[in-house]
Amino acid sequence: MTPGALEISGGETFLFWVIAPLMVLAALGLLFVKRAVHAAMCLVFVMVSMAILYIAQEAPFLGVVQVVVYTGAVMMLFLFVLMLVGVDASDSLTETIRGQRWIGLLIGIGLAAVLGGVVGRAAFPPAVGLSGGDPDGVANPQALARVLFGDYVLAMEAVGVLLVTAAVGALVLTHRRRLAPKQTQASVADARIKALPDGVVLTPLPSPGVYARSNAMDTPALGPDGEQVPQSVSRVLRIRGQERPAPHGAVVVSTGSTREGTGSARDEEGDA
Amino acid sequence: MNPVILAAAAPGVAADFSQETIWASIVKAVLIVVFLLTSVLFAIWFERKVVARMQVRPGPNWHGPFGLLQSLADAMKLLLKEDMTVTRADRFVYLLAPMISVFCSLLVFAVIPFGPSLPFPWTDWTTPAQLTDFPVAVLYVLAAASLGVYGIVLGGWASGSTYPLLGSVRSTAQVISYELAMGLSLVSVFIMAGSMSTSQIVSSQTQIWWFIPLAPAFVIYVISMIGETNRLPFDLPEAEGELVSGYMTEYSSMKFAWFFLAEYINMLNVSAVAVTLFLGGWRAPVPDGFLGGALNEGWLPILWFLVKLWAVMFVFVWVRGTLLRLRYDQFMVFGWKVLIPVALGWVVVLSVVQWLQRVQGVTYQQFIPVIIGAAVVFIAVMWFWPEKKEAPPGAGQEKEPVDAFAGGFPVPPLPGEKLPPSKRFGKEVHGE
Repeated sequence: MTPGALEISGGETFLFWVIAPLMVLAALGLLFVKRAVHAAMCLVFVMVSMAILYIAQEAPFLGVVQVVVYTGAVMMLFLFVLMLVGVDASDSLTETIRGQRWIGLLIGIGLAAVLGGVVGRAAFPPAVGLSGGDPDGVANPQALARVLFGDYVLAMEAVGVLLVTAAVGALVLTHRRRLAPKQTQASVADARIKALPDGVVLTPLPSPGVYARSNAMDTPALGPDGEQVPQSVSRVLRIRGQERPAPHGAVVVSTGSTREGTGSARDEEGDA
Repeated sequence: MNPVILAAAAPGVAADFSQETIWASIVKAVLIVVFLLTSVLFAIWFERKVVARMQVRPGPNWHGPFGLLQSLADAMKLLLKEDMTVTRADRFVYLLAPMISVFCSLLVFAVIPFGPSLPFPWTDWTTPAQLTDFPVAVLYVLAAASLGVYGIVLGGWASGSTYPLLGSVRSTAQVISYELAMGLSLVSVFIMAGSMSTSQIVSSQTQIWWFIPLAPAFVIYVISMIGETNRLPFDLPEAEGELVSGYMTEYSSMKFAWFFLAEYINMLNVSAVAVTLFLGGWRAPVPDGFLGGALNEGWLPILWFLVKLWAVMFVFVWVRGTLLRLRYDQFMVFGWKVLIPVALGWVVVLSVVQWLQRVQGVTYQQFIPVIIGAAVVFIAVMWFWPEKKEAPPGAGQEKEPVDAFAGGFPVPPLPGEKLPPSKRFGKEVHGE
């Protein structure tokens, strides 16, 4: 391997011609797919493929950091927001700024002209490889650390301070003063105990009825006294009026001799 | 990719890949996949059996010797089950998500050294017992882990259902938070070993395994590795009582099996990283130079590696059999307010110590008075630290007059409450 003329191996050429067209497809997909999450996936694909190409071009550190930082952290936060906000739900096409499309078009054409000019004027000298083009070995982590924390330590620290300031700023902007004392597990339990006389139940509510003939969410359970327990049916169903009475002939547990015979009467009452 | 260039241009990599042919790499890759799949089958059996023993019951003991074939039967059952797709699912992403999970989990073992160079009998051909290694191999492990999260996130989103979405959101937050602590704990190993290549890190542990001098980092790593793999007590993304089974709720049959596979391979991955970085990798648990180093040569190191790997896996199972699941907010507070600050502080302390040793030339003997002094100061501060006074219950609240006849019945006063003086009796009555 002489500096000045690097022979690119067959494997690398093969890798490039497999990955590059897929990357272009994914980049186009980013522009044209309908759903925001699919666009994000296209971007992730482009990033990972680019990392593979970096590694193939003898820059493993750059490739791996690209995946860890951009794909693993930044893109993940994007996806998080997309999933939670649900951008797919309604894409508004109204223009909030007048002439937005024309300004956008103009800027787009300008960017395309600049990019086209740069790519058109780029010279492609013969490949020299990393050992030829980078005698200090800046691509390996030790040399990179020496450059970043030696020659450019001031700029590094300045950027670090800037980022920390931004993070603290975000915290301050989203901070709300606590008006009421913080609710803890203990305080919630105390409050429930105190509300006991008002009809609050400490235990979980009974689950909806399970009968031989009906095993449904909308049928109330029967209490030990044979009464139907309306709280056992979901509040939503009750408000909608979709609650059904317990099926006719449900087994009614009678709790004492004084109540004997009244259970089935109550049940029929409930059915009516 | 050109493996020859990578090997030649890789300073700080101990393993020698210059003789490696493409066929050797392919054979190793296939062996790694076979190893992982069989290990997963074994791991499921191992986990069920050990948890069963801890709960004083026999565990699977019906299929095969010691019930070893139980997980094979389970796998067959999963494959033959009906494959359902939810109507509201985003079909492509729904199918893609488990594939991403499994694919990313298979990547990690490529850089794990099973042993030093292996001699092949009757030939003079040797090859390192790992697929590949490069100067940033451990970062590559982190990258593969962070890509694997996409499987969970997309799986939960693509199911088009509430519980999976909540599970995947939890899981993302969890894995990102705990990856920070994990990365910081690995930094101390990088500082001590002076390299991020796995083979170099193993060969830097000739004198002492890093888990002894770097004990705080090791503890942080073990905690965050359990958080990273969503295992009990940190299995909030699939908390049965709250989220059915989290991001896997809408998955069935083969697709569910892929998620399941990925989870167990991830356990093996983080255990292998723990062994390689902190527990001496493939090195025999004997002092350096024992029997002239015969235990660290040839094929024997693979045995040490596997023994250590399964020891760490045992810790996983042990923790699962012992601890209860954390509440979600406690878990996040623990990650961000305890683990990450401690990990950062430890890295700073370690860097200062290393700087004093390497740049200032301070020896270990000079460190001893400093350490003793720091300990004395710490103990003194803790000793004289004013004890936090426990506020009496109900101290902050407005005292309301107690209604001695709430609801028409006479009620005894609660602790801390005071009844109004009785008009007839003329004395005060206190609650105990």
